Amino acid sequence: MEDIRLNTTVGSLRLKNPVLTASGTFGFGTEYEDFLDLNTLGGFIVKGTTAEKREGNPYPRLAETPSGMINAVGLQNKGVEYFCRNIYPQIKDKNENIIVNVSGSSIEDYCKVASMINDLEGIPAIELNISCPNVKKGGMGFGVNKDMAAEVVKEVRSVYKKHLIVKLTPNVTDIVEIARACEKAGADSLSLINTLLAMAVDAEKQKPLISTVTGGLSGPCVKPVALRCVWQVSHNVDIPVIGIGGIMNATDVVEFMLVGASAVEVGTANFVNPSVCREIIEGLSDYCDRHRLNSITELIGKI
Amino acid sequence: MKYQQDLMIEKKEFLNKNNFLLILKSRTSLPEILPGQFVNILVHDVADRLLRRPISIHDADYSSDTISVVVQKIGKATEKLSLVNEGEVLNVVFPLGNSFSVEEKRPLLVGGGVGTAPLYYLAKKYYERGIRPVVLIGARTKEQLFLIEKYSSIADVYISIEDGSAGEKGLVTDNSILQKEFSAILTCGPTPMMKAVNKEALKKNIPCYVSLENRMACGIGACLCCVSDTVNEGNVCVCTKGPVFDANDLKW
Repeated sequence: MEDIRLNTTVGSLRLKNPVLTASGTFGFGTEYEDFLDLNTLGGFIVKGTTAEKREGNPYPRLAETPSGMINAVGLQNKGVEYFCRNIYPQIKDKNENIIVNVSGSSIEDYCKVASMINDLEGIPAIELNISCPNVKKGGMGFGVNKDMAAEVVKEVRSVYKKHLIVKLTPNVTDIVEIARACEKAGADSLSLINTLLAMAVDAEKQKPLISTVTGGLSGPCVKPVALRCVWQVSHNVDIPVIGIGGIMNATDVVEFMLVGASAVEVGTANFVNPSVCREIIEGLSDYCDRHRLNSITELIGKI
Repeated sequence: MKYQQDLMIEKKEFLNKNNFLLILKSRTSLPEILPGQFVNILVHDVADRLLRRPISIHDADYSSDTISVVVQKIGKATEKLSLVNEGEVLNVVFPLGNSFSVEEKRPLLVGGGVGTAPLYYLAKKYYERGIRPVVLIGARTKEQLFLIEKYSSIADVYISIEDGSAGEKGLVTDNSILQKEFSAILTCGPTPMMKAVNKEALKKNIPCYVSLENRMACGIGACLCCVSDTVNEGNVCVCTKGPVFDANDLKW
């Protein structure tokens, strides 16, 4: 049963609870249906979608590292047309907040995907991925420069009429500067952080552990960095912030909300425990009981 | 349907220095388990290791609702797993992946190292269908062999040992049993072995099905980390489209 104390909002998005799933960690949602009821989530963000089909990077794409993992999937997906035609009809009624992560290597690509998703009635928001470290062109390139970030956000804003989330990379000197530029260019909210650029080495074989040498680090090892970024950004913009980075349990969600997140995305934890989001939502109700909260939103930005 | 359950460790037995058998009991009726499928085991409290360990299913028994796995100690998590006690529980996601065909008329099953483990359940399925399969097992030394008697009860077992300390000396591809006629080869083991076995299958003009063990995160087709490049579909998840592939479909 829905616990109304967990209701929260991210701009125009009304969420049953603050628990979303992070793009690339939850497939199209259906992969997890044996483990949890998708409709109990605050929402879910489907795999990064690009204008054209992408094969992604060669295997190996994964390295396990202390309290985390590095991936270099490289946005493997079948393209936006396939998503609209084949995936969307299957998932559109699974949750009221199905959000599409939009990726690209050029502004035209981002705009093409955004405008096609704009026509899908059951998708209330997109998450603009200007922060993927695993693609050669575009991706993180847009997210590390405030002028380029502003330009892509502005162009997408002009073709996308619903809620526009912009996902930020931590691989920058000053994340606040990028956040402000995205806000000014028309973002409705910001989600952060994407993965940290990282690498892992096989000392015996004397080679990198993943095919692309570098990849994106995620998991509990990045949480302290993510908390710092969310705290810095949320206190310097006027739009809502969605916290991401190493969330494994309800306590982690509370920490992100305390430093300013209105909602969160759970990522790597879904790999470890496919029913983790259900446990997190239950844990948040328990936290509300213990701290006598009428609304979980009372936590937002207390620190 | 996939399940996530706490399975009770009914039995733990060391088969040799590096391999141990776990018999895991479900409190509910076991779902259908197909030969070649795997489980994804959460190993608790391993310093800084996060991900589950995908392990192929060695046997399943519906009358006792148990699944058996053979685990090789190769790192921190499997080392930790070797220290579990009978009576404890492990959180397991199962059954995962596709399966080997049980429709072959005269199958040759080839296993190398711990890759021999899943061939037991496959051999059992053939045996139950009235076909006593041929199982060819390869190892570097005879100390690495395990459960040979168990296999011999349901299959004709042939052995190749690199140093000649048991069976025939040499690699599985040198074994004289390969001179016989088969309808297909079904294999699991190190990639170089499976590639060599596939060459033998090509010579015989019979299909060869291989079971891959790519590095995985989720095991359920969500993370796209464990992909293998295929002729017709490009990169596909080994955890959902595999782990069993027709060797001719793989670009390897």
